[in-house]
Amino acid sequence: MLIRFITLIFLILASAAPSFAQAPDPKPLFNQLADADFNAAEKLVGQIATTGDTRVVPALNAFAEGDLYFRKSDKAVFAAKPAGAQLELIDPVTGESAGQVAKGAVTKIRINNNLRRAIRAALGGLTLMSPDRGTRLSAADAILRSPSAEALDLVEAALAKETDATVKARMEEARAVSLLSSDRSIDDKRAAIATIGKLGGRDALGILNAVSSSIDASLKPDLDAAITAIQNEQQLWDMAQNVWYGLSLGSVLLLAAIGLAITFGVMGIINMAHGEMVMLGAYSTFVVQQVIRENAPGLFDWSLTIALPVAFLVTGAVGLVIERGVIRFLYGRPLETLLATWGISLILQQSIRTIFGPTNQEVGNPSWMSGSFPVGGMTITWNRMWIVVFSLSIFVGLLLLMKRSAFGLQMRAVTQNRRMASSMGIKTPWVDAFTFALGSGIAGIAGVALSQIDNVSPNLGQSYIIDSFMVVVFGGVGNLWGTLVGALSLGILNKFLEPSVGAVLGKILVLVLIILFIQKRPRGLFALKGRAIEA
Amino acid sequence: MISAFIFRALKGHIVVTVAVILAFAVLVPASNLLLAPDHALHIPTYVMSLMGKYLCYALLALALDLVWGYCGILSLGHGAFFALGGYAMGMYLMRQIGSRGVYGNADLPDFMVFLNWKELPWFWYGFDMFPFAMLMVLFVPGLLAFVFGWFAFRSRVNGVYLSIITQAMTYALMLAFFRNDMGFGGNNGLTDYKEIVGFSVQGGGTRAVLFAMSALMLALCLLIASAIVNSKFGKVLVGVRDAESRVRFLGFRVENIKLFTFVVSAMFAGIAGALFVPQVGIINPGEFAPANSIEVVVWTAVGGRGTLIGPIIGAVLVNAGKSYFTGAFPELWLFALGGLFIAVTLFLPKGIVGTIQSGFTGRKAMRAAADAEKGRGDVTAVAQAAE
Amino acid sequence: MNTIAETRSKSLLYLEDVSVSFDGFKALNSLSFVVEPGELRAIIGPNGAGKTTMMDIITGKTRPDTGKVLFEDEIDLTRKDEADIAQLGIGRKFQKPTVFESHTVWDNLELALNRPRGVFSTLFYKLSAEDTARIEEILDTIRMSHRKNELAANLSHGQKQWLEIGMLLAQEPKLLLVDEPVAGMTDAETAETAVLLREIAKSRSVVVVEHDMGFIRELGVKVTCLAEGSVLAEGSIDFVSSDPKVIENYLGR
Repeated sequence: MLIRFITLIFLILASAAPSFAQAPDPKPLFNQLADADFNAAEKLVGQIATTGDTRVVPALNAFAEGDLYFRKSDKAVFAAKPAGAQLELIDPVTGESAGQVAKGAVTKIRINNNLRRAIRAALGGLTLMSPDRGTRLSAADAILRSPSAEALDLVEAALAKETDATVKARMEEARAVSLLSSDRSIDDKRAAIATIGKLGGRDALGILNAVSSSIDASLKPDLDAAITAIQNEQQLWDMAQNVWYGLSLGSVLLLAAIGLAITFGVMGIINMAHGEMVMLGAYSTFVVQQVIRENAPGLFDWSLTIALPVAFLVTGAVGLVIERGVIRFLYGRPLETLLATWGISLILQQSIRTIFGPTNQEVGNPSWMSGSFPVGGMTITWNRMWIVVFSLSIFVGLLLLMKRSAFGLQMRAVTQNRRMASSMGIKTPWVDAFTFALGSGIAGIAGVALSQIDNVSPNLGQSYIIDSFMVVVFGGVGNLWGTLVGALSLGILNKFLEPSVGAVLGKILVLVLIILFIQKRPRGLFALKGRAIEA
Repeated sequence: MISAFIFRALKGHIVVTVAVILAFAVLVPASNLLLAPDHALHIPTYVMSLMGKYLCYALLALALDLVWGYCGILSLGHGAFFALGGYAMGMYLMRQIGSRGVYGNADLPDFMVFLNWKELPWFWYGFDMFPFAMLMVLFVPGLLAFVFGWFAFRSRVNGVYLSIITQAMTYALMLAFFRNDMGFGGNNGLTDYKEIVGFSVQGGGTRAVLFAMSALMLALCLLIASAIVNSKFGKVLVGVRDAESRVRFLGFRVENIKLFTFVVSAMFAGIAGALFVPQVGIINPGEFAPANSIEVVVWTAVGGRGTLIGPIIGAVLVNAGKSYFTGAFPELWLFALGGLFIAVTLFLPKGIVGTIQSGFTGRKAMRAAADAEKGRGDVTAVAQAAE
Repeated sequence: MNTIAETRSKSLLYLEDVSVSFDGFKALNSLSFVVEPGELRAIIGPNGAGKTTMMDIITGKTRPDTGKVLFEDEIDLTRKDEADIAQLGIGRKFQKPTVFESHTVWDNLELALNRPRGVFSTLFYKLSAEDTARIEEILDTIRMSHRKNELAANLSHGQKQWLEIGMLLAQEPKLLLVDEPVAGMTDAETAETAVLLREIAKSRSVVVVEHDMGFIRELGVKVTCLAEGSVLAEGSIDFVSSDPKVIENYLGR
């Protein structure tokens, strides 16, 4: 394991490492292996390592794997790998191919466990003493991850020569880790435990737990204290990770609900077709991506940026048609609106199913949405990160639109006092229509984002509709801030319940809690109080 | 006192409807059992079972009408009560399988053996007894309705909010019943029934009896519903629908009125579910899907809410339409259903029966009702219109 | 403790220091107010003076933040809900006439009748001769005998107001709260309503909220003027309407 790991690091770094001149040439040392017995070979391996020439690492690895041969004709030593029926010989130092030979033309150099250990130590020492800073750092990391007593001497040797502060610190840690499994003094070990305890993280916890059974009893309190300290820290990170997952889920809920916060929250329309607006937004993204794939593949990273206005316009237009065609005849009859919009949602779903088919559509992630980055003890994926950022910016944008723009003013005027607004010259029917279109358009934008994390199918909207209503009702109807707080707190609550009760039961519990909450506060978290609302 | 209560139920159109349903209860099984298969009037067993299914849906719609049409509570979760009644019946039928299951375990249903369960969970006790299971058909939906309603009506959750939380209720139940750990067969639900009270569920005679029972239960529940809505209680109920605060200020406990109606309605739905399950041969968590409950609303709306008879007609018509469409043009069914939702709310708000009834009572009443509908928003406008 | 309650003989309704606010807006500001048994009282005041909020508090629709609300000197109304309070004998007529439009006039009165109101007593209720007589009597009082079988929806605005008053009579309350009974009525109807209310007040206490000064003059009773959630002036109509504070706040110069 260790060998493979170091090799891997080496292979990555070797290409970048500058070539350098070496005083003793390791090549003759290799060739001596042809005649050496196990003891002599062990010494030779040590000598090869002391050359400090990192080019020999693959050959040493080959040796450890039993892939080192000498040519019978001239006793020259090569690493070899099978090439058809023959063997391909590789120069142990330069790594260049030295032609192919029949299997009978070479003899395998024998190896035993002592030799393997020597090789491993040599390899660790080689990279620890590499002139390249990155290589040394990686080598120390590798020891940190899988420490062994054998590595201790090498680390200490390397430490003595080390000048770089960062690398030195890492090596100190590696030394402490290795020291625990060695037979050094109690005091040394105590210091080592302290060093590891400071290091923290899951790996350190694993190391301490691994030695806890074999360690001297007098060290037990130190060990336990260090373990507890790390565990506490881990718990904090776990909590942070949960909060992040919760925020991430909350931002998805926010995205799904924010359009509804306008159509239902502000206008009071029970829009059961809201989920389908999200679905239409996701399909708009799909279509935009299809067009880009066929016509301008280079623009793929821009596909979501292009899809945003497209989705907004498409769903906004559909919303406008729905409002003018159906909903405006049903104002003041909320339950009928519910039925009619449910009917609309069935028609929209079936239309999409007829056009695109019932299966999931492939919507790609642009490059900037994929991958992840670590923050302390947790990992954050870029697509979740962008969705959080995106949903919050939609929220802020909407808030500004409502509070600062002329249209927002008219919208609020109409919802607060329709007749007064109308007599002041506001065209209330058009404000209604465009408010509904705005809510639908925002649902469409949400669909663009959700297409990145969910299956794009005709049923996409169905899975969000109940959650969306829960968020808006929980947060308090007619209050955008309520929707924000509602979405985020439900998201976090959900993620905190999940580890202990499982995803499905967690969701059920959240639903039950919301039902109970509505009993307590029928108008949600941030309800408007007073006489007017009862009218 | 009781006799007066029952006597009140016998309004002309209710009597006619009950007679028609009872005639069905006799004639359809008779035609199925007594006439030769090549006879022109013979009704094949599968058609009879289909009709039996419609009757169960009709009873479910009737249950919804009682709360929605008369009390103004739009429940989007009535499918939950239907499904719970169905599960109670399904549990009885599962217990009747005995050792004839795939695993041949006399005590445990197949899915429990499959999940490696060693003994029957406590909530399955007693379901091998038919009377107990039938009691549960009423009790379980009734209890859920009671607990849910007790909280909701006491804290005055109204209108749209109530609709949304009833939907959340059935959704939460659906998620719960999908879980294997719940002990109700998870995803697959309960199926592969063999016998009901000693008769094979597949048998022609059993099917005929199940059909007749569905019709009888529908007729009985229709009579009970009619007795309720024609009593003073029924008038209070309509009062709650039209002017809840007035009822409250007259000294009625609105929460109790709603709770009673909700529980009775849930029990009706439970009965419908219990009769439905042996006729279709399966109950699974899909019955809890929120979409199902909303579909019940449209049957009721199509037939005409607040008429008792309308929902029955609506349920049968819409489901017959569904059977036809899904056979002939499966692609078009959702368009048709969606269009029906929109058309009914826009052009036929009173539904079929409601529109016919107001046609009978004359133009004047219709105009008055229209005025009343408009009038809710604006005092002075009504005053002027009235003068 | 030496409150007004102890110094007075026995009041029917007693409010002391009642305050309530909605989102920081003080709808009632330490309002005190007493109604004697058998009294007919008029309340005037500008919009937002707290008239309707006061009624909401008396009938249990709104809970006060602070203050005492007593019925018959001992029953604490702040602990009761609407149904309890209605059963105690407080009837309320809304600003907007609220009757059951899909019921007939007769049914409206039958529902309002002061009889057991539980689920099962209403399920098995049977109209007795006594109840029939009572309903007929009320129909006479509100002058609607000839329309008893018509749907309430078909009544004129004024008739709905009367039907609602009739329903309150059927409820047999000790105290009747009437919110703007003559809004939207013709002059003739207004005059008739005044007669009706005076007749009703013979056997019970009535509190009338009204804007129509002519109507209040016609009633000829003690007037309380509210402004900004507390009592501005109290006394005869002439006394109150000459009060400079009332003129400034409500009547205008």
